[in-house]
Amino acid sequence: MIMRNHKVTMRSFLLAIIVSCIALPATAQDWIRTGTGLGVEKVRLAAADFKPSASDPRNEALLKAFNETLWNDLDNAGIFDMVSKSFYPLRQPAAPNEVQLGDWNSSPVSAAMLAYGSLGAAAETMTVQGWLFDVKNTVSPQILGKQYQDKPTTDAARTIAHKFADEIIFRLGGGVQGIAESKLYFVSSRTGHKEIWAMDYDGANQHAITRLASISLSPRISPDGSRVAFASISGSAWKILMHSLDLDRLVTFAAMGGANLSPAWSPDGSSIALSSSQSGDPEIYVTDNAGRNARRLTRSPGPDVSPVWNPKTGAQIAFVSGRTGYPQVYTMEADGTNVQRLTDQGYAVSPAWSPNGQFLAFSWMRKYGPGEPGAQDIYIMDIASKRWVQLTHDGGRNDFPSWSPDGRHLIFQSSRSGGEQIWTMLADGSKQKQLTTSGSNSQPNWSWK
Amino acid sequence: MKHATRWSLFAFALAGLLLIGACGKKPVPPRAQPAPPPPAPTAALTANPNAIQKNESTTLTWETTNAADVSIDGIGPVNTSGSRQVSPAESTTYRLVARGAVATQEATARVTVTAAPAPPPAPMTSLTEEQMFNQSVHDIFFDYDKYDVRADQLATLQGNAQFLSQHPAMRITIEGHCDERGSTEFNLALGDSRANSVRGALVQAGIAADRVRTISYGKEKPACTEHSEACWQQNRRGHFVYQK
Repeated sequence: MIMRNHKVTMRSFLLAIIVSCIALPATAQDWIRTGTGLGVEKVRLAAADFKPSASDPRNEALLKAFNETLWNDLDNAGIFDMVSKSFYPLRQPAAPNEVQLGDWNSSPVSAAMLAYGSLGAAAETMTVQGWLFDVKNTVSPQILGKQYQDKPTTDAARTIAHKFADEIIFRLGGGVQGIAESKLYFVSSRTGHKEIWAMDYDGANQHAITRLASISLSPRISPDGSRVAFASISGSAWKILMHSLDLDRLVTFAAMGGANLSPAWSPDGSSIALSSSQSGDPEIYVTDNAGRNARRLTRSPGPDVSPVWNPKTGAQIAFVSGRTGYPQVYTMEADGTNVQRLTDQGYAVSPAWSPNGQFLAFSWMRKYGPGEPGAQDIYIMDIASKRWVQLTHDGGRNDFPSWSPDGRHLIFQSSRSGGEQIWTMLADGSKQKQLTTSGSNSQPNWSWK
Repeated sequence: MKHATRWSLFAFALAGLLLIGACGKKPVPPRAQPAPPPPAPTAALTANPNAIQKNESTTLTWETTNAADVSIDGIGPVNTSGSRQVSPAESTTYRLVARGAVATQEATARVTVTAAPAPPPAPMTSLTEEQMFNQSVHDIFFDYDKYDVRADQLATLQGNAQFLSQHPAMRITIEGHCDERGSTEFNLALGDSRANSVRGALVQAGIAADRVRTISYGKEKPACTEHSEACWQQNRRGHFVYQK
């Protein structure tokens, strides 16, 4: 049952967070036992700008890209209290023998951890050395020491910064893998047609995947990151198409009759759930990952669409159905049995299942209908208790949430800045940030790792 | 006072009414300054007649005062007053600009051009099948978030079915559309259900199922892009498209 009063719900939800943290001290970094580490005391981290290790004219641009990316990754992670660079001592280290622990572990920096290092280009190689120090441990402060080599390009500098950030986040974030190397797939109209695009998790490196000049929607990246399934008008019908990122071309996906929409990968990559109207009514089907051996799961008049698998178990599917009128979010077993309705009012669409299997993020107009122009916002529901929390409150239509691999972030589309654009936020609704600006951008989908 | 006079002048000119003579009657306010600025220009432009049929001509007449430089859009520089015959191919608003030393005055005259009298009605065979289709077949409109054919749409649907049964070789596509509210994926499914509802009703009325294709555009191709119920209703539709 959904509580009527949102504030009460929010309070009890937060209480559940606190209680679970107290009850489970061993996993005290968890956020309602999600393994996300959000909502608990954050590690106070200083990240000194890396310094040039040699004199090379390219170092300045490389260091700028590296330092910006590293700082943003650590700041975006949501598990650190980043110490402002204005507090840092003048003497900043580039190597372990230059670290003065007292500069960092006492006021005003008062950091628990320090990340620092050096970068240098020489001929066709860029070398980055990075360290993470526990500055309160005066005996053996080093937690991490890494060396990376790549071509001296700003793209490579950014990639190395992502890798180093992910190492730090993994060590300090309760063993949860960082997301700095993850990718986002989305729909963009910037070429004049809705095509499938990709970008890095921080909005950098935006590039087109498809050039079909049709209408392509609903991209879903495979669990291994090698293929993108999406829906597109092809031969004057909506079909599921499969683009191989390795081959950079479409690969076979068997066509079904009717309109075929909203593909979703099973977590083992073997199956696709989708909506097909080959029976005359949009129903949820499951096929293998080449579109064969279709099995029908739903048998209910009215649109059934937008399936998503429980990524933890692969045993349940959430979906949207208009069987009772306005669309609502439902769950069922992956064989179509045990259909449960999760939302009980308004207009609820676009479910996204959290990596740990515990939550659904979705888009909801809680009060919807003629004369009730309710806001469309992103919510999270705890599936077991059906308690929910509203994450966006800032206007516009907010839709198509998708979870980061670590379960700490959500990506979504919002019209709050005008046209539809892609935004990111932490899974508690904080740190909302716009990632796209060119054309109209929608339906973001976060890679599985 | 002076402003009001000028605005009404402008409005009259816009309406294409005769204003010659009115300009001279404008009261000149007394001025305390010994060196008054040069007076503002006045302008009037008329078309007589102001409604013609295609290939006929009309006379533009204009008069200005205090203007150094007078031009009419589409004609070019002209004398400060005069007249000219024009024969516009389509309805045209002529705009005269009179530039004085300190100000500019505009006047416009509208000439409405109607099509030449229709030739004797062409025999029916000259209408293509597609033209007949576009004249006779109409869209079916839906209620908000609904995909069942509304009672007030049944007559239209019946008319469409009748036309199609009289043209048994004709193939069509029904496009299902939604208004801009709601979510992309659900609207695609809803538009598909709308198109299939219309198709089902046509089949019920005796149209062969293989003549009727469907496709949903959800909210991807709105016919109307304003954010109002009137516009949304136009978009919630099953749109009939001729396929030959």
